[in-house]
Amino acid sequence: MRILLNDFLLKKRLHPLVLICFLFFGNLCLPGQGGCTDKEKPLDFTLSAPKNADHKTYLGLTRDDRFSLGQIKAEIVIIEIFSMYCPVCQREAANVNTLFDLIQNNRSLREKVKLIGIGAGNSDFEVDFFKEKYTIKFPLFSDTDFSIHKKIGEVRTPHFFGLALKGDCEYTIFYSQSGEVSDPEKFLETLLKDSGLKNSHE
Amino acid sequence: MNDIRIIIAGILIFLIGFSESAIAGSAVYGNRLYNPGQLKPVDSRLTVKIGEKAPDFTLPSLSGKPVRLSSFLGEKNVMLTFIPAAWTPVCSDQWPGYNIAKGLFDQYDTSLIGISVDNLPTLFAWTREMGGLWFDVLSDFWPHGSVSSTYGVLRTDGVSERAIFLIDKKGILRFIHVGDINLRPDLGMIVNELKKLN
Repeated sequence: MRILLNDFLLKKRLHPLVLICFLFFGNLCLPGQGGCTDKEKPLDFTLSAPKNADHKTYLGLTRDDRFSLGQIKAEIVIIEIFSMYCPVCQREAANVNTLFDLIQNNRSLREKVKLIGIGAGNSDFEVDFFKEKYTIKFPLFSDTDFSIHKKIGEVRTPHFFGLALKGDCEYTIFYSQSGEVSDPEKFLETLLKDSGLKNSHE
Repeated sequence: MNDIRIIIAGILIFLIGFSESAIAGSAVYGNRLYNPGQLKPVDSRLTVKIGEKAPDFTLPSLSGKPVRLSSFLGEKNVMLTFIPAAWTPVCSDQWPGYNIAKGLFDQYDTSLIGISVDNLPTLFAWTREMGGLWFDVLSDFWPHGSVSSTYGVLRTDGVSERAIFLIDKKGILRFIHVGDINLRPDLGMIVNELKKLN
């Protein structure tokens, strides 16, 4: 696409309409451009508050309306971009559950590190079905129209982001990995190391 | 005239950008999928209707035995899931979802049958890449797309629509969904229709 545009620029004067079309729609559609997959870039989007009261408490939310990432009470937020339809996500569900248990069973981490999942292109039904199928204890959210998926750079599933709180209500990406967790302990160790958060290994 | 050509070029640039926008493809396939880009949502005309008898057919299957639709009469409801093409992004992330939903189909006494116009060797390799499927997959390769054509879901480029047909135990078509080829049908919609069968 870049070659096509360069070619065009060399041969013809670029019409303002073409430029607007390219800048607006092109940036919306091209993976990795205008997204937030790069490290140290702030990331924010809104999600519907979970209906489950335990999940609301877990995330530190007090209201029932939509909330932004910045409202999650944590120092680190791990986001799994998954899909009910993705064989790797299905295979990895047990490992991600173990990751959640590792965090929850560690007193020094459980308040600081929170884990959520976002079902890319999945409806509420599909997310709930996945949650029930694999007895997932952490909050999962649907992204039926891929709007969040587009915002974060149209990653493949599963994909894991580590976000660290900078300032009062802004999270920046410090970790980004596509594919399997494989070893949840090692995964958590790497993630904590990259975040700079101290783990007392309780 | 020049301006019109330039505006058309702008629209083309947009469309190229749009076609590159991927769905959330699974990492399991690496870079082995072919992305056909954004396609015309529906490119065929149905030839069957709800309430009619589902046209019978026999097709070769991955299980090794030919499968005849009428063999399910009086025994099971049947859901036919037509997918356009193996090794493409949306199709590759549709059937693996049904792989974890066997319990739902069992609950509503429904046999799930996948149909594609791809040939058996292609379907074999592709479903292996998914990690295997619990339901049978039939090849509508030769005569090319004959069953897809009978049901009115063969597109002009020779692939089928992304379509779902629910057939009850009497062989009657109870639900038809020919959706946008670029999108996966929602499992919730399917389950709602399965509920109505019994």
